[in-house]
Amino acid sequence: MERIPILRMGDVLLVSIQVDMHDRLAQTLQEELAERVVKDRARGVLIDISVLEIVDSFIGRLLGRIASISRILDAETVIVGMQPAVSITLVELGISLDGVRTALNVERGMELLASSISLRTQE
Amino acid sequence: MDLQSSETLQITCEEDLVRVRQATRARAVLLGLSLVNLTKIVTAASELARNTLTFGGGGTAIVATVHNGDRPGLRLIFEDHGPGITDIELAMKDGYTGGKGLGLGLGGSKRLVNEFEISSRVGEGTRVSITRWK
Repeated sequence: MERIPILRMGDVLLVSIQVDMHDRLAQTLQEELAERVVKDRARGVLIDISVLEIVDSFIGRLLGRIASISRILDAETVIVGMQPAVSITLVELGISLDGVRTALNVERGMELLASSISLRTQE
Repeated sequence: MDLQSSETLQITCEEDLVRVRQATRARAVLLGLSLVNLTKIVTAASELARNTLTFGGGGTAIVATVHNGDRPGLRLIFEDHGPGITDIELAMKDGYTGGKGLGLGLGGSKRLVNEFEISSRVGEGTRVSITRWK
């Protein structure tokens, strides 16, 4: 079965969405990520969508659900690498990705996760 | 206005949504649409194809090159023989859902294109036509 690889780097799980996802593959990713957050005791999830040519309402809702599920499991989610044309289209479509943190690229996303993870550890 | 060249795709499963996106993208590239306009019409195609599958129980998508004088454009027609829409005005509103999902499809898709036409008969089906001019 086709799957999207989930890599681990320290406390963070990394996912790079490289394919034009059909709906079932998106569902599988959501379930596998939830399992891995618990199994790997991850504190953060970073999803790179820089090669995605479109984000429709289905993928938008998927990203929102992944962020909500991760938050309940005590992990932060950051979406990185959205293309400018995709951001314009999303806003016109009426999807604001409320509750989903974003960063420009993988490097900035990792910085954001590192600082929020260390903040939470200090509490 | 004539349909200079077109192709018809079946929408019967999730994988067909990917094929509709790819066919729309290929034709948009051929027409030389800007990246933003290409992204908009492919996204609208994805929304409407999913409606055809989810609410219409499957159907067809026609992807066509059209001309308005010298101006080329991309037209997509989605047709199903599903239950139809009782109140189109209500269905066009953001946040409306006809069953599964959160809606957004129709109202949002309309904002992504230059022309949007919808006709529906209860018990007979729904037809949505969208056009993006170059």
